[in-house]
Amino acid sequence: MSGTRTETFPAGIVETGLGTVTREIPASEPPPWPPNAELTWIGRPVPRLNGRAKVTGATRYTVDVRLPGMLYACFLRSPLPSAELRRLDTAAAAALAGVRAILPLAQPGDRLRYAGQPVVAVAGVSPRAAAEALAAIDAEFRPLPFVVDMDEARAPDAPAVHDAASAPQGHPSGFPAAPGLPLEGNVRGPAVVRRGDPAQGLAAAAVVVEGEYRTQVHTHACLEPHAVVADWRAEGLTVYISTQFTAGVRQELATAFGLPLSRVRVVVDGMGGGFGSKSQLGVYGRVAVQLSRAAGAPVRLAFDRQEEQTDAGNRPGTFQRLSLGATQDGTLTALAIESFGTAGVAVGAGIGFFAERLYSCANFETRQHDVFVNAGPGCAMRGPGNTPGAFALEQAIDTLSERLQLDPLALRDRIDPSAVRREERRIGAERIGWSRRHPPGADDGPVKRGIGVAQSLWMSNVQTNVACEVRILRDGSVEALSSVQDIGTGIGTIMAQVVAEVLGLRPADVTIRIGDTEFPPGGPSYGSRTTASITPPLRTAATRALAQLTREAARMLNAAPDEIEACGGRLQVRADPSRFLAFRDAAALLRTDRVSAVESRLDDYAGFRRRMPDAAMAHEDLGGVQFAAVAVDTETGAIRVERVVAVHDCGRPMNKLLLESQVEGGVLMGVSYALLERRIMDRRTGLMVNADLEHYKLAGIHDTPEIETVILENLQGNSATDAYGIAEPANIATAPAIANAVYNAIGVRLTALPMTPDAVLAALGRSGRS
Amino acid sequence: MTETTTAGASAEAARGPTAGPGTTTITMTVNATTRHLELEPRTTLAEALRDALDLTGTKLACDRGACAACTVWLNGRPVCSCMMLAIDADGQAVTTIEGLAQGEALHPVQEAFIEHDALQCGFCTPGMVMSSAALLERNPQPDAEAVRDALAGHYCRCGTYPHVVAAVLAAAERK
Ligand code: FES
Ligand code: FES
Repeated sequence: MSGTRTETFPAGIVETGLGTVTREIPASEPPPWPPNAELTWIGRPVPRLNGRAKVTGATRYTVDVRLPGMLYACFLRSPLPSAELRRLDTAAAAALAGVRAILPLAQPGDRLRYAGQPVVAVAGVSPRAAAEALAAIDAEFRPLPFVVDMDEARAPDAPAVHDAASAPQGHPSGFPAAPGLPLEGNVRGPAVVRRGDPAQGLAAAAVVVEGEYRTQVHTHACLEPHAVVADWRAEGLTVYISTQFTAGVRQELATAFGLPLSRVRVVVDGMGGGFGSKSQLGVYGRVAVQLSRAAGAPVRLAFDRQEEQTDAGNRPGTFQRLSLGATQDGTLTALAIESFGTAGVAVGAGIGFFAERLYSCANFETRQHDVFVNAGPGCAMRGPGNTPGAFALEQAIDTLSERLQLDPLALRDRIDPSAVRREERRIGAERIGWSRRHPPGADDGPVKRGIGVAQSLWMSNVQTNVACEVRILRDGSVEALSSVQDIGTGIGTIMAQVVAEVLGLRPADVTIRIGDTEFPPGGPSYGSRTTASITPPLRTAATRALAQLTREAARMLNAAPDEIEACGGRLQVRADPSRFLAFRDAAALLRTDRVSAVESRLDDYAGFRRRMPDAAMAHEDLGGVQFAAVAVDTETGAIRVERVVAVHDCGRPMNKLLLESQVEGGVLMGVSYALLERRIMDRRTGLMVNADLEHYKLAGIHDTPEIETVILENLQGNSATDAYGIAEPANIATAPAIANAVYNAIGVRLTALPMTPDAVLAALGRSGRS
Repeated sequence: MTETTTAGASAEAARGPTAGPGTTTITMTVNATTRHLELEPRTTLAEALRDALDLTGTKLACDRGACAACTVWLNGRPVCSCMMLAIDADGQAVTTIEGLAQGEALHPVQEAFIEHDALQCGFCTPGMVMSSAALLERNPQPDAEAVRDALAGHYCRCGTYPHVVAAVLAAAERK
């Protein structure tokens, strides 16, 4: 299996002109796939195979797991935004009949840093027994000064949220924040990225645009809450958890509890949404295991909605100050951004690499700061960093185009080096009717309409620690196995398409076994990397499993193995398809009950641009362009997003239907972010005011625009499937596209999220346009 | 909007105010089977279905009437099962997502949801399906706006709304 060979791959955008690229690939890799039009299943809108289980209520989510003797756990949480735990007495609670375990998470004297921080965990025989135990705990909290507003927290005399010892340190990868940055008061940073000389670039500019932008704290609001059922037994630990990464949680558990990996199993079947917030084991996961070990019984711990809104992660809020310089023809001479963001008591509130990478600009600097406040920890959320970053930069670019009297698309044609996005802009402009775009405020009457555009930028990520197995059984049935989890993207269906394509079967013929660490390690479902990571080794494994069957069939058909092809449920002689065996008849020739092949993810054929432990980045140019058409009622201030055209690329598209779902999901989360959602902290009490789904507004069906999705087939010859992700790119461009459309409608720029009716009216009032 | 019913006012009057705090017997017809349950009066209908009957297809996302994930039918009308007590369903007929299909044959709304990919994580899906199927009972030929009105109380964080509208319209064609 060693050595390499040279292959020629189709490369380029299939819709506009396909070329080729020649790659030296490992000899064990399958031959290049042609464009999707010449394939049977890849790219097709195959309905998801677990759809039936989901529409009948049969799917078991973590919150639905019931084990014999299972206990119910919950947390006593800090009622105050900043407090010292003065007294903690759990004796009365422990004496209650239904209580099985109590686990203090803080000691008297400890400082608590946000309202909702866990203090004690209890496990009881029923949810009510656990709740009654909480009521019986005697805890006294001494209030301490606090700050929940980011601007107030930046003041030199603001109460300090952390000291040097308690401040989170960041991660060597730089994500979500780099380690070793200075901490002054509540401000940590700056993390600086610099090239050239921005000051000189600004001085040399013909036009300078300056702007300040704000984005709000946004909660993930997964409909299935964070939930875990831990079952500690002498023979090993089994954890059912609503997670985006079964294999990662298994590793965390093994490390935390000193267990061999072979004794830890992590399982998830239905998974009710994560969006970045269910990537790790978390405090709740660890606590459930500790309680299970202490009580000698399975323990279920599931957040209620208030816990979900306050202590399950959030997208950090930001304040960004931009300076952008350009020559008269639009060439960027400087881009400088200073940002302050808050992830509550955590770090990672930066603005990503959006500005750093999207446009050509020789003189560039970002100075990114984290600001601590007394609020629940933020974490990654769908396009972390780049999403708030895009809101600021794409509006600044829009402003620049106006100042230069250049069309926003023409300006981007000049400064955006990506040929793919250029094509996406062309297609999107046509679909949205860009040529009919008129100057701001041109409509008669109180309702003004406008069109805006914004771009997306994300990484083509790959998990390298990924493997999968394909089995062919002697009755002709087929299984594909991996610990990868389906968080709603339909990865199992995509896997079935890949295997069916190779074996000449139908996707429904393939049994998919996923979401269980008993199977080969699947990657995480975050960073838009699942499909890119798992489909190449899956195709290779299916090819190798098939080879074992082909050997048997070839003997029977008096042909050489390489003369045999699998298609239409048969193994047949390529040159003479009348000589064939049905797939199941070929399988019946196997000497053993099953044959199988396990393959792991190889490097991309063109290599990676950056490597991390277990993961890599192929390139930073996974994009997309979105156009929004809005109507703004200048009397009520209400913005209605009427249409969105989303033009995206993700390498080889694997399933048009599922991709459309994900793009629509990204757009809708963007609409919701742009117009509705906001975590509201009460400055006086330090509590979250809208920790529910009633006052925390999500986009509903009436807020939904007409969404047109266009997915390009952008082949690159990078792997056995050439597929990349889409979930995050689909979210990043939406809010700035809407903001630019609002400007085009009313001629007033809204620089803060969410763009609520009162903000629209206030902006109109300030501008004298209302 | 999903109709939220605080049903059972008459049943309450008939029973009198004496139930609880201990368990009391509640009899419901659930998915066409009569069930006798011993429940504390404070038990919600959602808890009774999920915990006592293990009908976990009914989902709880907010437990406060804000998301409609928990929608079931009470006497054929959609209700938020987190917002009513099981005792108020005493003597009445409840249909859950598990009871919508006729044996192996899916309800047309269920089939259309699969075909149109009107689900992603699927957590909001049982509630969406129950409201959509109830709409088609009331109004067999709804237009898109009627579908949106019927589902206005449902939250979907994954953003399936466009596909949901397409699916319900397709199911109406098929029925
Ligand atoms: S769970 Fe009942 S309305 Fe949200
Ligand atoms: S499909 Fe995930 S919440 Fe609707």
